[in-house]
Amino acid sequence: MPHRKRMLIYGYGNPGRQDDGLGAAFIRKMEAWLKDHPMPGLNLDCNYQLNIEDAEIIAHKDIVIFVDATVEDIEHFHFSKVEPSAAKVEFTMHAVSPSFVVDLCRKMFHVAPETYLLHIKGYEWDFKESLSEAASENLEMAFRFIIDKLHGQLTFDEAVLQENK
Amino acid sequence: MSKKITIEPVTRVEGHGKVTIHMDNQGNIQQTRLHIVEFRGFERFVQGRPYWEAPVLVQRLCGICPVSHHLAAAKALDVIVGAGTGEGLTPTGEKMRRLMHYGQFFQSHALHFFHLSAPDFLFGFDGDPAIRNIIGIALTKPDLAVQGVMMRKFGQEIIRATAGKKIHGTGAIPGGINKNLSIEERDEFLKGADPLNADKMISWAQDALDFFKSYYVANKDFIDNFAYFPSNHLSLVRKDGALDLYHGVLRAVDTDGNRILNDIDYQEYNNYIEEEVRSWSYMKFPYLKSIGKDNGWYRVGPLARLNTVDFIPTPLAQKEFEIYKAMTNGKPNNHCLHTHYARLIETLHAAEMIRELLNDPDLLGNDLVTKGTKQKEGVGLIEAPRGTLFHHYRINDNDQIEMANLIVSTTNNNEPMNRSVNHVAKAVMTGKEVITEGMMNSVEVAIRAYDPCLSCATHALGKMPLEVSLFDEDNNLIDRKRS
Repeated sequence: MPHRKRMLIYGYGNPGRQDDGLGAAFIRKMEAWLKDHPMPGLNLDCNYQLNIEDAEIIAHKDIVIFVDATVEDIEHFHFSKVEPSAAKVEFTMHAVSPSFVVDLCRKMFHVAPETYLLHIKGYEWDFKESLSEAASENLEMAFRFIIDKLHGQLTFDEAVLQENK
Repeated sequence: MSKKITIEPVTRVEGHGKVTIHMDNQGNIQQTRLHIVEFRGFERFVQGRPYWEAPVLVQRLCGICPVSHHLAAAKALDVIVGAGTGEGLTPTGEKMRRLMHYGQFFQSHALHFFHLSAPDFLFGFDGDPAIRNIIGIALTKPDLAVQGVMMRKFGQEIIRATAGKKIHGTGAIPGGINKNLSIEERDEFLKGADPLNADKMISWAQDALDFFKSYYVANKDFIDNFAYFPSNHLSLVRKDGALDLYHGVLRAVDTDGNRILNDIDYQEYNNYIEEEVRSWSYMKFPYLKSIGKDNGWYRVGPLARLNTVDFIPTPLAQKEFEIYKAMTNGKPNNHCLHTHYARLIETLHAAEMIRELLNDPDLLGNDLVTKGTKQKEGVGLIEAPRGTLFHHYRINDNDQIEMANLIVSTTNNNEPMNRSVNHVAKAVMTGKEVITEGMMNSVEVAIRAYDPCLSCATHALGKMPLEVSLFDEDNNLIDRKRS
């Protein structure tokens, strides 16, 4: 079962920019849920953005799920596997992508956890600390999806396959 | 045929910049402009909010350097709650903030060096972009990559311990702080398992500096001549002239080292600094009023700081500072790429300061907050990693913010960044018909030396490609390249 392994769910984004806080909101929901449903081996973390030190953090995990907001054309949320990729560092960027973190982890520490990305659709990005109504609904759906997987019989790889049917 | 080249990064939300380069029919560079979108809306956003919320609210502005905004706002509100300007806090309050600030400096400078600038030096400005990053370093110099990652981690842990949490920290409050450092936290940072302890961080900061110095020796002409131009320089300095990244008076020197702003109280910055609006840019252009718009612009950041200060108050960094200053015979250093050198000296200083502070028992004290007679207005200045950051607030009788003015480091560096782009464009693009990756990166390198924060307020994950578009004199697109 996946949850018996060392697992990290890591949300990122700026909660001060409305739906950009979906990742952090997801972690808050997980924290609340875990109080009633303790899962040994499951850790939570969140930050404004991913960065190079996260390669060291995930090096100690078997399964990692990154959770981020997205403006991409998806319906509510999208769950996908992250493959290592040394994509070009963007102009003056002070953040890196999940695939970059995994690749850096692999090249520095010679391990690479099973890594997934849960993208949740966001709509509004103003200077507010609340999610839009539509994003909140998407968050709830994405949260249920992950909880089901944590409880269910599907592996995360199977969940990815199911998502992409 | 005249040409216009546009280098345009695109972000998810806001905070983007683009470079336009205009050539004449002979291929000479006629005009260059760096356009950066700035968040002026944020100043209106905080109006009407209770003043004590500001240190947390302002972290919405930037997910890259939230600690700098957090502390600059808190310093402004110290004035408003009657706790004075930097020197009125309790020893625990001031030193906890300093520890937070130097932790931020350490991790920010480490990120810039290992992830953004060192790869250019290791692999060349026209090296394969796929490896011109810390992954390339991990493949070729794995020890150096590990140092970069662990230095970042150490700095982040310092921030977490002092600010309370990673996102929207609450450590600094008007008049002080809301927590001290526990003995366990202190001991972990001082004596933690290798490599996560202060001694190792100092050692690694020295290694990074040695790495750059070796590169410099082998590439002196290139480093010295890349985007070299004279300028004024501005920063906070301690009252005795020492480098102080948290508090001090405002000093500016001209290109010969003459004082053009002589250690003023930054509460009065409005009397000395003005911001010019130019029709083609969303971002303003600050300048010293006494000198005027044309020549009163200045640099901020590591290069500027080491030009304004008289000395560095930690021994290892001071030793490096003396070597660094000797290169320009004690005069201000105007070499754009020496910014990296200055940044690494500051990284070493930050590591030394972290150790010094951790050994100070005041961090464990319980007297956290100072209160006094409330004021209506306050200014907070701090040296953020990328330069001087101004926060200015005025409140009404209901304790609501009625005016806010922020001048961020990247704005202070607006004119110098524009001039750097111009110098590089002339050097690498004059008479060229084809825009190569190396040319594009040279322009980026010039901007990157200032470590500008173009992706303020939200992460712009994978959304900041560079696009180079070539237009003819009628603005018809004739070529476009995307990195």
